Amino acid sequence: MTNLLYSLGGVLLFTMGFFALIACSHPLRKILAVNVMSTGVFLILVASAYRPESAGNIDPLPHAMVLTGIVVSVSVTALALVLACRVQETSNLAFLKQQRNGSEESGE
Amino acid sequence: MMLEASSLIVCPVIVPLTAGLLCFLSRRTAFFASLSACLANLVGVCLLLGRSLSGPASYHVGGWQAPLGITLRIDGPSLLMLLMTAVTGLGITLYARGYFSFRIFFPKRIARHERQERFFWPLWMLLLAALNALFLSADIFNWYVTLEMVSVSAAALAALSGKPASQIAAFRYLLVSLLGSLSYLLGVVFVYKVHGVLDLNMLRACAGGGEGMHLALALMSVGLMLKTALFPMHFWLPPAHANALAPVSAILSGLVVKGSFYILFRLWFDVFPTCVSPAALNLVGILGAGAILWGSVQAIRQQRLKLLVAYSTVSQLGYLFIAFPLAYLQNDGLWSAVIFMALAHSCAKSAMFMASGTIFLHFGHDRINDLAGTRKCLPVTAFAYAIAGVNLMGLPPSGGFIAKWLLLSSSLASSRWWWGIVVMVGSLLSSVYVFRVVSRLFVVPEDLPVRQCLPRSPLLEWPALVLALIALLLGLVAPYPLAVLDAGRISLMLSGGGGP
Repeated sequence: MTNLLYSLGGVLLFTMGFFALIACSHPLRKILAVNVMSTGVFLILVASAYRPESAGNIDPLPHAMVLTGIVVSVSVTALALVLACRVQETSNLAFLKQQRNGSEESGE
Repeated sequence: MMLEASSLIVCPVIVPLTAGLLCFLSRRTAFFASLSACLANLVGVCLLLGRSLSGPASYHVGGWQAPLGITLRIDGPSLLMLLMTAVTGLGITLYARGYFSFRIFFPKRIARHERQERFFWPLWMLLLAALNALFLSADIFNWYVTLEMVSVSAAALAALSGKPASQIAAFRYLLVSLLGSLSYLLGVVFVYKVHGVLDLNMLRACAGGGEGMHLALALMSVGLMLKTALFPMHFWLPPAHANALAPVSAILSGLVVKGSFYILFRLWFDVFPTCVSPAALNLVGILGAGAILWGSVQAIRQQRLKLLVAYSTVSQLGYLFIAFPLAYLQNDGLWSAVIFMALAHSCAKSAMFMASGTIFLHFGHDRINDLAGTRKCLPVTAFAYAIAGVNLMGLPPSGGFIAKWLLLSSSLASSRWWWGIVVMVGSLLSSVYVFRVVSRLFVVPEDLPVRQCLPRSPLLEWPALVLALIALLLGLVAPYPLAVLDAGRISLMLSGGGGP
């Protein structure tokens, strides 16, 4: 039962992240949204490690997969942050700043 | 002897990876390290090709067997994709050398150009290693890891040109491919929940359904289609591909999109053929038809050469998907046409991007209307562009012709003529956008102002021509790759049937 709760929570996180990725225009929010999405996937994966048919026996493979996934997501987030900063530096469009104002207005 | 064959499988991953690390260590030998890695990769793949005609081979990394360990496996489709990557990769490496030395030769903004070259080589080698690992991997989670490796290095390469437009495009490209990978990963999680295994052979053995497999397959497919830029999800491709440096555009358009397509193809045709419903096949076919028409119309409307070539990638990817409903009906033969078309498109499209890059370098712009009489300055490049265009249109001796012919004949044979009409209309539209450029390249107007021709390096022009000619001649040697595919498939089915 708890297992199902975690899985549903993971699905909820995934959809929330997906919505934010589509709806928010600010680059930092988009990066955060992707992170929330990947956390949701990892939550489902960890929940699937519990195998009720063999009681007390926990499948170790999903844990290894989650660890790999976390490493991937950290490095990808770093790259996305660097790219966002580079865009801000090279263009005078105020890529990060201008859009923050826009999203504050929409948030109020 | 057998041991040697199975350890050769590691070579396409290890060699470029080592070269990529060497490129970081020594800036001066970066090109030679990359070139020798590409040559060694090609030789290794050719050796594997000779060996594996007898059947697929596999290699267990670290000696761990399938349920836990990472397995690298090689069969017909993966061999052909490896060969495609090796040949195109060698051409791109040579071209990139010519491209960067041409740019560094002119002292304008030399520091920036040197920095670009310094970062290009290691990233390109890492991308090559990741792509080869993707084609070799034999479990669905490993595919996720290699997909992410590919998208990280591809996004970094796309941002390399330093222009704000290309960096914004690269940022969007990275986000889109992350979204695609996450959707794919969620599908992998569901598959694992249902079956409890990740290895392809085991999944194939226990395929046939199970609750939730449709949802899992749908999630994986949508993610991969997003990464392959299928029609409504293609929005990220033209800016990312057109704003990158020319060798990078060739890599992204020729090779990177084929990686995610290969996984999609494998999942639908090889691993879960029983879970695929006719409605889903028709939907994919309709999206492919939309891609062909929309991409061609957009390509015709473009004013800039590189954007035109990028939109033509969108339309050519549609052909790969329109083959899905057709190939499913005919059980044998046609799915090799899909791989064959990917092969031909990879060579032709990278040649086309190289030629447009050379034209851009010489004129400093790529406005199509101002390109009249290019053949006077750049005869080889104009010729290469035309030959690659012949392949995209699908005129007779080319590889594109063979693939389109297989599609047409099967659509007529199965009396689903509407797909055939889309293929023909697409070819007509593609001839419009090819001739729109070729006519300007080749017709020298009377009052052409005398342009000073910059000194050209052979590396800048010849790799494009050679790749375009390979794509053209692929039609003449068509039986050979098709035989490789069949050999791989037959033994693959035998091993699948005789397995546990």
